[in-house]
Amino acid sequence: MIRFVADRLLGMLVVLFLVCLFTFVIFFVLSPDPAVQICGKNCTPEAIDQIRANLGLDQPFWTQFGTFLTGLFAGRTYGTGPNAIDCAAPCLGYSFQSSQAVTDMIAQRLPVSATVAVGAAVLWLLAGVAGGLLSAVREGRFADRFIAGLTLTGMSIPNYVLALSLQFLLVVTLGWLPFPQAVAFTDDPVRWFQNFLMPWIVLAVGMAAVYTRLTRANVIETLQENYVRTARAKGLSPGLVWRRHALRPALTPIVTIFGMDFAGLLGGALITETVFGINGIGKMAADSITKNDQPVIMGVTLLAAFLVVVGNMVVDLLYTAIDPRVRVGSSA
Amino acid sequence: MSFTPTELEVEGAAGGGTVPGAPVPPPAGRPATEWRRVTRAFLGDRVAVACSVYIVLIILMAVAAPLLVKISGYGPLEFDQDAVDPNLGGIPLGPAGGMGADHWFGVEPGNGRDIFARIVYGARVSMLIAISATLLTTFLGVVFGLVAGYFGGRVDMVVSRVMEFLMAFPALIFMIAVLSALPAENRQFLLVLVISFFGWPYLARIVRGQTMSLKEREFVEAAKASGATSSQIIFKEILPNLASTIIVMTTLAVPGYVGTEAGLSFLGVGVVPPTPSWGQMIASSVPWYAVDPAYFLIPGAFLFLLVLSFTVLGDRIRRLLGEGAA
Repeated sequence: MIRFVADRLLGMLVVLFLVCLFTFVIFFVLSPDPAVQICGKNCTPEAIDQIRANLGLDQPFWTQFGTFLTGLFAGRTYGTGPNAIDCAAPCLGYSFQSSQAVTDMIAQRLPVSATVAVGAAVLWLLAGVAGGLLSAVREGRFADRFIAGLTLTGMSIPNYVLALSLQFLLVVTLGWLPFPQAVAFTDDPVRWFQNFLMPWIVLAVGMAAVYTRLTRANVIETLQENYVRTARAKGLSPGLVWRRHALRPALTPIVTIFGMDFAGLLGGALITETVFGINGIGKMAADSITKNDQPVIMGVTLLAAFLVVVGNMVVDLLYTAIDPRVRVGSSA
Repeated sequence: MSFTPTELEVEGAAGGGTVPGAPVPPPAGRPATEWRRVTRAFLGDRVAVACSVYIVLIILMAVAAPLLVKISGYGPLEFDQDAVDPNLGGIPLGPAGGMGADHWFGVEPGNGRDIFARIVYGARVSMLIAISATLLTTFLGVVFGLVAGYFGGRVDMVVSRVMEFLMAFPALIFMIAVLSALPAENRQFLLVLVISFFGWPYLARIVRGQTMSLKEREFVEAAKASGATSSQIIFKEILPNLASTIIVMTTLAVPGYVGTEAGLSFLGVGVVPPTPSWGQMIASSVPWYAVDPAYFLIPGAFLFLLVLSFTVLGDRIRRLLGEGAA
């Protein structure tokens, strides 16, 4: 077990390192000179050189990458002498646009993205598992086919189309919800809830569809297992067969997928946050991309990769705990 | 309908996740006469036929775009200031976003470009990118999956690690970052490359699994014993048996790529204006959604129906082939 965890940890570090390197190379090679960008219109060649020296952009690639990595783990210092700026431990640099520390920007917006992600996750888990169970029980009958139609629709509607349609229907035509506006939960809980309702629904619809299909498939497959037949044959009541023998193995794969989907969502729902104007990580990423704000884009990419990789690992560990069949050795 | 592990794999790939501990899918080989049965069953399925008809219509529309635009009278880049009301901030004149005999689907608010023409030309972009990306990912996925599954050992380890890495990558953010950093020329070509780069592992993973179990089968052993070379075994024995898996995965991949292209264009890093794309049209309709809903509803409906058709079609084909195997 310890070796398994160690293996996973090592693999995780390798993936993260590669993500760092990959992102860094792309920006190093492809991006226009950020020094010119920061300097603005009234710029002299000396000023540009000064900025380059401050940011360490005059160094060769590997030195820059090394400094970046050191900054991540031990912090780094920009510039020298009295103008030096200290950037503490998980240092992701400073935004070219607002000069804010990227770490602070992320810390500010992470709770918002988390709110969006948690609400959506609750919705899609409930809807997905309930829908999947219902269709499995009524396999081949009307309810099953109806839900199958719904899931195909849910999987196919692009989330921004759904977002705009919902907003048009619920806000403009029916007037059931107010126009979205940033409100703190403590100020006005009802308004806060109304604000997040649409993003939650929009994010949950596509996911719920996938989860419904997965749950249905798993449950139906499990019900055909020999041990379920045995349980039935020895006269257990249907309810007991379901609870004790069918549900647990049928729902374990859901845990796997859920961990990764949720982690992915924490790293920002780019499109949904942009459409609804929610100030989370996703919107920050989208904004910084249009402004070519490299440190922020890198920070968000790394954060997203980190979350996905950690989510993956947590899921693997959980999985070995829930399902003894896959303990140690299977790394597929 | 019975549920085979093959479908679980496909399911997992469609959801973008992996299922550790999922059983290796059994090989899905079938004799040639099976295809006739499948075709007949497919033609008897009204929903599947309807979806195919819609897809064919969109493809025809894309191919015949210049002709259609000539008939409708307005090009995709032509401004028509007479169709919008300058006093109301450029809202289209007439009902439902300016629909009428002149402009069949109405006009864009502000500059009065014909929406029908832009939809028709947008179909070109969507289909071209989605189909090219599908072809490229299918090629890469089959090649890498076959090579990793057949040769195993160190080759398999390298390919598998690369796949794991690519699937752990936050692909959407990264695609956006790369595309925003790259120059705007040849954007459509770059879109295909970037989408395929992150897309192939999902097919390769399944091809690899099936190849691994296929190569242990008796007919492969027989071929080996009779002196067939590796390439003969791969192309003559294994590849034909992967056909149905590849068809299903490909049909299910197209809607994903249509959506990805539209999403990237929606976020402003896809197709460069003024070239129309459905995703980009929806993006530019965001400020107008309250006053001119037709502006987002029309491209939205076209996009939704296209993705839906492909998804339903893939689902039906999978069920047909799955039933044959059971």
